[in-house]
Amino acid sequence: MSIAILTAALVIVFGATGTRHQSFMVNAQQKPETAEVKIDNFSFGPGTLTVPVGIAVTWTNRDDIPHTVVSTDGAFKSKVLDTDEKFSFTFSKAGSYPYFCSIHPKMTGKVIAQ
Amino acid sequence: MSEKKKDELLHDHNHDGVDRRGFLKCMAWAGTGAFCVMKGGVLNSYSLSRISEISTADMMGELSFVQISDSHMGFNKPANPDVAGTLKAAVDKINALSGAPEFMLHTGDISHLSKPEEFDTVDQILKSATPKDVFYVPGEHDVLNDDGKQFLERYGKGSKGAGWYSFDKQGAHFIGLVNVMNLKAGGLGTLGHDQLEWLEDDVKHLKHSTPIVVFAHIPLWSVYPEWGWGTEDSAQALAYLKKFGSVTVLNGHIHQTMQKVEGNVTFHTAASTAFPQPQPGKADSPGPMKVPAEQLRSVLGITDVHYVRGQHALAVVDSTLA
Repeated sequence: MSIAILTAALVIVFGATGTRHQSFMVNAQQKPETAEVKIDNFSFGPGTLTVPVGIAVTWTNRDDIPHTVVSTDGAFKSKVLDTDEKFSFTFSKAGSYPYFCSIHPKMTGKVIAQ
Repeated sequence: MSEKKKDELLHDHNHDGVDRRGFLKCMAWAGTGAFCVMKGGVLNSYSLSRISEISTADMMGELSFVQISDSHMGFNKPANPDVAGTLKAAVDKINALSGAPEFMLHTGDISHLSKPEEFDTVDQILKSATPKDVFYVPGEHDVLNDDGKQFLERYGKGSKGAGWYSFDKQGAHFIGLVNVMNLKAGGLGTLGHDQLEWLEDDVKHLKHSTPIVVFAHIPLWSVYPEWGWGTEDSAQALAYLKKFGSVTVLNGHIHQTMQKVEGNVTFHTAASTAFPQPQPGKADSPGPMKVPAEQLRSVLGITDVHYVRGQHALAVVDSTLA
């Protein structure tokens, strides 16, 4: 409710240009939001994750074997993640981001930012 | 039934030295390496754990060498908290061989996380092995974060591209291939165009009677693509080797022994020195398999695996038989 009011206020303050983008930026500032992907048993869970633009997604490797998180089109690339290590990336542009583990390329996933 | 009796073949239908039961036992073999003897262009391999049962005559040949694989130095999870200890045990077995192997092949995943100190530890342990020469190919764990730069600096002197090379020993031609670089989403191991071209050229002038030994990390045949256990363009590589009468392909990666014979080509994967992995499809994932601590070393080579060229019936031992 308060977010909706704030968004409406921002639209008024900033005018019509770039409102959608800015309102979500404010959302993130007001209430930092993140989304999680767990790596278990050589798979990304959830396999497809849909998030609002501006959200940081954090991957956590819960396997006994290292993995990586690498966007197929080069948007992001983690270092190798050993057990319990994490990688985060903030999706500031809308789009579909397929990714995979470059060590075990059968492991694939997708983030949809909208 | 004595220990030795247990390993005798009950039904050797294909006269290939491997019965189904034996194969299944072989599949469960979490060994420390393989000992190979080349005799008359024929390569025989033995589990290191049964080496004491092999007669000296069998161990003599024109050439003998040892393959070790997947030492994963740096791994410290429950499946094996002491991978240095088990690598040392593998070296002890190698040093106990009566027919001293001339050299070693390490088919990759030397390290677990490509850390310098992990490579250093392996180098240090292997220094105590009787065979002084070690020929390496990288596993995917050896080329993390730096596209294999460190691997090439350490082990790739004189190699081409990402670390492929060939050499000759006693009339046999050895080819080390790299299939862990530039892996594509959803795909398997990859050799790539440049390496395939090099391979074609490398074997072009060899006589058909030259025994060929190919070694690479990821299996060059389709063991279990669902887990990435195969190489996208291996068929092209094998096509270049078709003309040869004896081709032996040695791989690691899957942490268990497996063998398949196809025409003149025998494929053999070595066990890991670090931890076993499940049989294809027998677990949710190919992750490390924990066995009771007291079994880790003792679940070694129950059946030795033979390849004898010229025996027509094939030991086509695919993953589907598992």
